[in-house]
Amino acid sequence: MSANAKRRRLTWKMVSTEAKLLLIGIPVFLWTMIPIYHMVLFSISPRNAATSGRLWPKEPTLGNFAFVFQQKHFYLDHFWAQLGNSLLIAISVGALTLAVSTAAAFAISRLKVRGGRTVMNLALFTYFIPAAFLAVPMYKTMGNYGLLNSQWSLILAMVTIASPYCIWVLKQASDKLPWELDEAARMDGATAMQLFRLVYLPLMVPSLVAVGTYALLLAWNEYLYAFLLLSKDSSVTLAVALGNFLAADDSPWELLMTTGLIYALPPAAIYYTFKRYMVSGLTAGAVKS
Amino acid sequence: MTSWEKWGLILVIPYLLIFVVFVIYPVGYGLWLARHPESYTKLFADPIFFRTLLNTLVFVVVAVNLKMAIALFLSGFFLHTRWWIKALSLVFILPWAVPSIPTILSMRFMLNPEWGVINTLIFKLTGMDGPNWLNDPTLALSLSMLAHIWKSLPFWTLILLAGRMAIPGEQYEAASVDGASNWQKFCFITWPSMRSLFLTSTILSMIWTLGDFNSVYLLTGGGPADLTHVLATLGIRYLRLDQVDLSLASIVVALPLILPLVYYMMKRLSK
Repeated sequence: MSANAKRRRLTWKMVSTEAKLLLIGIPVFLWTMIPIYHMVLFSISPRNAATSGRLWPKEPTLGNFAFVFQQKHFYLDHFWAQLGNSLLIAISVGALTLAVSTAAAFAISRLKVRGGRTVMNLALFTYFIPAAFLAVPMYKTMGNYGLLNSQWSLILAMVTIASPYCIWVLKQASDKLPWELDEAARMDGATAMQLFRLVYLPLMVPSLVAVGTYALLLAWNEYLYAFLLLSKDSSVTLAVALGNFLAADDSPWELLMTTGLIYALPPAAIYYTFKRYMVSGLTAGAVKS
Repeated sequence: MTSWEKWGLILVIPYLLIFVVFVIYPVGYGLWLARHPESYTKLFADPIFFRTLLNTLVFVVVAVNLKMAIALFLSGFFLHTRWWIKALSLVFILPWAVPSIPTILSMRFMLNPEWGVINTLIFKLTGMDGPNWLNDPTLALSLSMLAHIWKSLPFWTLILLAGRMAIPGEQYEAASVDGASNWQKFCFITWPSMRSLFLTSTILSMIWTLGDFNSVYLLTGGGPADLTHVLATLGIRYLRLDQVDLSLASIVVALPLILPLVYYMMKRLSK
């Protein structure tokens, strides 16, 4: 076989590999993008033009966004308040979860508190029970506590749901810190809180970012608990408001998709910003083989 | 007690408080409310309940296995180093990164029989009316499964990709030298090193899928005629009908399905 023929065969093989990869890649791209593109298409289409079946609107417009921002529809009367609620609740859940789970992970992993293993197992158990099955008991409980319709009920419920995974991820990360640090601190007569503040927290920053983001996104994205625990139009989150659009047959779909897009952007932005932390945290945390 | 032990106790107390007030109490109270045998007789007499059990089993077995098989396949695809595959992997993660409410509602509009984009295209191409997608229980449940797969496929692909990347490259090089085919490499190198990760992932995915409320509730709402409910949505249906005892009974009945899987995961992780 001449060198030339060999080279040609090599390129032929390479071309067929590329073709096979494209044959997988193109369907994957379409599958992923179609529902999202459909949402974007609705949000930039004038009313009644979105359903024409065109791939790009004849006259793209940002009018829907102006409509939403000015709350010019019955369904959007409380748009800004609801956006604020989502933000407030997500940040509160992120901060509270971070505080509670960092403290617990430090006590279990570094201070070796008695019964720490049991606490960890209880937390893990809660993590594995799907939250949907705890929703009705939680709803009844919040009623007993007199917290229904108060945003505290959603914040506390979400902290309860988010903490176990956070404690577990933080404990895994914390167990990897060298013990010499603790011994040196003890020998220097440091208190537990000094060790926590000066040694533990600075070394744990990447995990803290991952865990805080996880709790924040979990709360922002939550739908089931939000619609069970909150009901007043001015106190619900944006997620519940989106679900409420479905109540009527003549819903303004283009406005719903616009609001949905606005609602989906912050978590996507946060995800891509902290992707590095999220991915390492998730792969280390979610499944340990 | 030394001051370090004291601090350990103080720092773990906030979580313990949350656990007692928002886990132990609700679970205990729920079990107490679900204590009447009549609740279960009423539940078992409801034909919707058995339909729901069947739906849940189909959903968990079919959707999870299909999803994990595709994720395993795609994790091999994303292993290739090409600029466009790297770019695609960033796009691919979007369904996982954005909340499911707007995207599932977007799918719901696409499937609208009168003016949804899918039936509009079917009409343009064939001149015939497309099916009434969400009005047929089998179709509607299948589409819920697709919505579920759409949402969680990226996450599991990522997990399995991490598993594949942990396999030393020398093993594949040695196999290439010996003239092994791609399929042989998969059977003798990839699968043996991934099997345990794959099994754990499948079990965990089954647990999470049992709790997937959004994919069913937001796409079909349990309809038509309450025929596409799964256990995660059935409790809410009874709650809406003001039948709290049935709602809690349906959750208690789900426990034998969930607890063995949870037990398996706990054992696996505490190793």
